[in-house]
Amino acid sequence: MLEIKNLDVSVEDKQIIKNLNLKIGPGEVHAIMGPNGSGKSTIAHTLAGKPNYLVEAGNVDFKNEDLIAKDPYERSLLGLFLAFQYPIELPGVTNASYLKQILNAHRKSRGENPIDAGEFLKILKEKSRNLNIPMEMHSRFVNAGFSGGEKKKNEVLQMDLLNPSLIIMDETDSGLDVDALKSTSEAVNKLRDGKRSFLIITHYLRLLEYIEPDHVHVFGDGSIIESGDKSLASRIDNEGYEVK
Amino acid sequence: MNKINKDNFKQDAYKYGFVTEIEDEKIPKGLNEEVIKLISRKKNEPKWMLEWRLAAYERLKSMEVPKWARANIAEIDFQDLYYYSSPKDFKDKPKSLQEVDPKLLETYEKLGIPLKEQEALAGVAVDAVFDSVSVATTFKEKLNEIGVIFCPISEAIQKHPDLVKKYIGSVIPVTDHFYATLNSAVFSDGSFVYIPKNVKCPMELSTYFRINASETGQFERTLIIADEGSYVSYLEGCTAPMRDENQLHAANVELVALDNAEIKYSTVQNWYPGNEDGKGGIYNFVTKRGLCKGKNSKISWTQIETGSAITWKYPSCILRGDNSTGEFYSVAITNNHQQADTGTKMIHLGKNTKSRIVSKGISAGKSSNTYRGLVNFHRKAENSKNFTQCDSLLVGSNCKANTIPLTENNSNTSSLEHEATTSKISDDQLFYCMQRGLDAEEAQSLIVNGFCKEVLQQLPMEFAVEAQKLVSISLEGSVG
Repeated sequence: MLEIKNLDVSVEDKQIIKNLNLKIGPGEVHAIMGPNGSGKSTIAHTLAGKPNYLVEAGNVDFKNEDLIAKDPYERSLLGLFLAFQYPIELPGVTNASYLKQILNAHRKSRGENPIDAGEFLKILKEKSRNLNIPMEMHSRFVNAGFSGGEKKKNEVLQMDLLNPSLIIMDETDSGLDVDALKSTSEAVNKLRDGKRSFLIITHYLRLLEYIEPDHVHVFGDGSIIESGDKSLASRIDNEGYEVK
Repeated sequence: MNKINKDNFKQDAYKYGFVTEIEDEKIPKGLNEEVIKLISRKKNEPKWMLEWRLAAYERLKSMEVPKWARANIAEIDFQDLYYYSSPKDFKDKPKSLQEVDPKLLETYEKLGIPLKEQEALAGVAVDAVFDSVSVATTFKEKLNEIGVIFCPISEAIQKHPDLVKKYIGSVIPVTDHFYATLNSAVFSDGSFVYIPKNVKCPMELSTYFRINASETGQFERTLIIADEGSYVSYLEGCTAPMRDENQLHAANVELVALDNAEIKYSTVQNWYPGNEDGKGGIYNFVTKRGLCKGKNSKISWTQIETGSAITWKYPSCILRGDNSTGEFYSVAITNNHQQADTGTKMIHLGKNTKSRIVSKGISAGKSSNTYRGLVNFHRKAENSKNFTQCDSLLVGSNCKANTIPLTENNSNTSSLEHEATTSKISDDQLFYCMQRGLDAEEAQSLIVNGFCKEVLQQLPMEFAVEAQKLVSISLEGSVG
């Protein structure tokens, strides 16, 4: 699915990622844990193609394609989804019309016609119900004035709608209370179908208690310094990042 | 290779740039009494109309071209312009669509305005003005049945002289300013609308202005009167061929709303904007003014300004009737070398009058976009209110946005509220949309349409979708 080889990334002339290697197979759930400011979010942004994140060396293979050579929207259409730590507000754009437009962009790339308005409403109702999202939220502007929980739910709704093959979650647990964390995690777990892969970037164990990873990596000094199974996450939680 | 692509892109961007090959008849170039008499004769006008024109011309002689607008305007040689051009077989005005040159019908079809009634957009009556003449007006008879008059102004001058005489020049005085006075002297065609008492006009009325002939100015004159308790929604659209020369469109539009009447006037202005180096394009110097003459009357302007090399217009409201309301909703988009200086004047004269201004300026390329507005409360305009919101959005870093809101408050009991913002499309917003599968232009257009939403939703439904597309097209090529 995804293979990162010898990756160096710098942001504004500062090298953040140094010789990173990571392989994620289909259906696997990987977690990257690391202290604040270690640059673990840089991995997410680099994979999604954020401007100013400069790949200095190495390469990334995603579904047998050279990911780094592609524009951000092409990466999305290829099946890469990044759930933002801080979802961006789009004033004046209603959530419903936005969701429809991004869905249609994906349909178009598959050679399908734009979705019929009635069918879209049906899908939107069904998926919103699963996430306990009131339909009223879709007539509001994208993420504008949404609570932390609503924003994250809206990200999960978009994952569900776009049907990606790799989901990268960047600090999805930040800003969520226990209840919101639980319901968001449950929704994400429903998307685990044995084929879809996940890369979960987090500081704390608590998200991983709800979304159980197959592999856990500890990120430090721009690279993965230790890998293991989910027991590694518990150990980090007990002992902190400093102890190795 | 690059050059070819660029030219192709230009063709895509302005798809109305074609010329209709049709024999035309022009009055010789130049501005003088003879030309004005000829225009008046061509239109078979009564003597009072000619005298009115000549009085305006007399006045014009001592007036000067205004220089204050924030725009670089190439000197216009007013003697080197054609003031009248019409398709040749228009000597005897066609009485029905069957008599109209098929080439003209084809032109409007290409512009997306079918004129044959069975094909026309349901619920929209269209007056099609081609250079200096109206070629057809649809649904005229149907509207007539309920007393609504919708016809070319040249026809109204002959058939409804009392109404025209009473109201023409009553909102924009003949002596107002150079271009308004020029228009009064040489105006060619435009629409006339009269809505009788207590009639809610059942259709959208719309005029489609097309400039086709070269070296020719278009001098639109439109007059809309809403009698007591009536309502009308009117929309105009404008396009022109792509040419290297600058062409002048100097319009006068007057609206009069009597007691309890409401006029909603929308414009989708898409004149040829010139090429990406700033060559050619229309000079759109327009005077639009509405008079809320009666109590509880309302005039609402909505404009989507995307075309023209230079736009220079301030659709205004004179709120004379007590409790009257004026509104101005504007989206002005400039790209490449376009210059727009636009805004409104809200003149509060009556008691309890209200006005609302929402202006959205979007500048891209090397363009310049200015909001210029005046809100004036007369001493007698007790308990009046204005709300003004001016938002500017910059695309790229070579464009300019200015906001010049003036206020004059002579009333102790009136209040003004003003909000202004200037922002750039943020990289984070673009990246977020692109991460979900939209390419850079789709992402930009989504964000810009969101920025304009408050204004776009004022448009009649039939045109809102078109306007959204136009907003996207106007900014094509501006993504960094």
